[in-house]
Amino acid sequence: MPNLNTRGALSIRNVTKIYDPEGVNVMAVKDCSMEIAAGEVCMIVGPSGCGKTTLLNAIAGFHSITSGEILLDGELLCGPGKPKADQGAERMVVFQNGALFPWKTLAQNVAYGPRVQGRSSKAEAMEKARDMLAEAGLGNVTEKYPGEVSSGMSRRAEIVRALINDPKVLLLDEPYRAMDALTKSIMHESLLETYDRTKVTIFFITHDLEEAIFLGDKVHIVTTRPCQLKKTVEVNIPRPRSYQTQSSEEFRHLMEEVNEAVHEEAIKAFQAGERELA
Amino acid sequence: MSQATTAAPQQTTAPTGFSLFIYRLKKSLLTPDPYLTVFGVALWLFTWWLLCEGLRVDRFDKIPGPVAVFSELFSRTPFQGISIFKSEYYEHILVSCQRILIAFGIATGVGVPLGLFMGWSRRIRDYAFPILEMLRPIPILAWVPLSILMFPGFEAPVIFLATLASLFVTTLNTMLGVDSIDEAYFRAAGCLGSSNWDIFKNVVVPGALPFVFTGLQISIGVAWFSLVAAEMVSGDLGLGYLIVDSYMNNVTVPMVIGMITLGFVGWITSVMVRMLGNWLMQWHVKALALQGR
Repeated sequence: MPNLNTRGALSIRNVTKIYDPEGVNVMAVKDCSMEIAAGEVCMIVGPSGCGKTTLLNAIAGFHSITSGEILLDGELLCGPGKPKADQGAERMVVFQNGALFPWKTLAQNVAYGPRVQGRSSKAEAMEKARDMLAEAGLGNVTEKYPGEVSSGMSRRAEIVRALINDPKVLLLDEPYRAMDALTKSIMHESLLETYDRTKVTIFFITHDLEEAIFLGDKVHIVTTRPCQLKKTVEVNIPRPRSYQTQSSEEFRHLMEEVNEAVHEEAIKAFQAGERELA
Repeated sequence: MSQATTAAPQQTTAPTGFSLFIYRLKKSLLTPDPYLTVFGVALWLFTWWLLCEGLRVDRFDKIPGPVAVFSELFSRTPFQGISIFKSEYYEHILVSCQRILIAFGIATGVGVPLGLFMGWSRRIRDYAFPILEMLRPIPILAWVPLSILMFPGFEAPVIFLATLASLFVTTLNTMLGVDSIDEAYFRAAGCLGSSNWDIFKNVVVPGALPFVFTGLQISIGVAWFSLVAAEMVSGDLGLGYLIVDSYMNNVTVPMVIGMITLGFVGWITSVMVRMLGNWLMQWHVKALALQGR
């Protein structure tokens, strides 16, 4: 199926980020460039603490970059003269440990975005939120608090909270990291189903190689700190994909290719033994 | 097998409304184990009785024992003037409660917003925090002379002292509450297109609430503590005054009655604060309940 989405092309050009904690310069990202096409599922794989999250935070506008530029659909997010991107609803982040507001019900959480952006009235937002939650299979827990539902359900609700804002890019930072393998596979299928429906551009950070190949169109393997693009692997497995895909010959072949590139970096990261950056 | 069939049918739907209230009441009466509580109280009363009335240990023999205290408390014609049938008794309670209500109200009304803003804005914290930290360690009794000089009459100094003590606790806990909010919630709110005011309303206030109510429970205790201290020094009515006045007039039974009443009323106010907190933080209560707490 051809991808009809024309929104959400990300250009990351020669981005460098130097942290300066206590006067010691730490280079988290060095001269990193990558192009992400509109509607692409782009997986970033690298050893933990290598600076992948730094890159995501720069795109989201949580912190500044030292040099280089990042563009979204040709518009400058951050670059020379504007080190920090503005935060905005066209780039939605799903966080590592989940960030649904625990004091709001799932429906209130999902309705929050449209409501504060003034795009719809409270009643309209709540109605749409309930509809979208029901679509994601969460119709019977819309009035529950995040603390009352499983981690899988709350993570799914968080993705709904992002999608209701009709974002150009979805930024996911190891969203399934703390989950067991069985829950994870359900989450993968649900994300794939969501993607097939919306074709939103996805920027997904992980160090789970199977996850990367199963979900992605492209797998960008980055080096250990400072983070730099090492290798890009194209995943030409047709969509829609299901869990059976993971036992195909092609899948295994890709696994080998990615594994080889990542393993080298993992060894380097381990030997460097540096403390992970947030 | 017959036992299983005769067992009462399991209730499968969650109770609501009145039946939910009854269920909670029952549960709160049954936890902690009531037998242990009853035994603990009995042991404590017995020790008191033994020291003051049973064995009449030296120096304790001048202190009224439980029999003397409770027979006086429930007497229609109390020998030393204070019992549950005397209007003076309720007047003392009422006056103290009124003062607590005003002092705690002011302290909460000022302390919670101040703490929220101090936690939220670096600038406001830089202005206010050093002053707060310097005033906080001054014991409330050290403020007594100053408060008498500053305020006219009996009422204002007493309320001022109680307010001051509870203000520090409330402000500090509220500020720590804002500090405790995970950065991810601020980022998520920013991503979703919130204005600063949206973030304040939807992240800062609800996120700090658990700490705020922990602080309020401590602060109402502190308010009682400093109120009574103030009433002992300067006052014309109230439980603190009752205690010290009875001591001065060498009537020890009303003194002990005053102490017991204070403990009881203080406990009730603390429970009320906790109940208000639980009502406002359903999400917190439910999450804790699922953890079995």
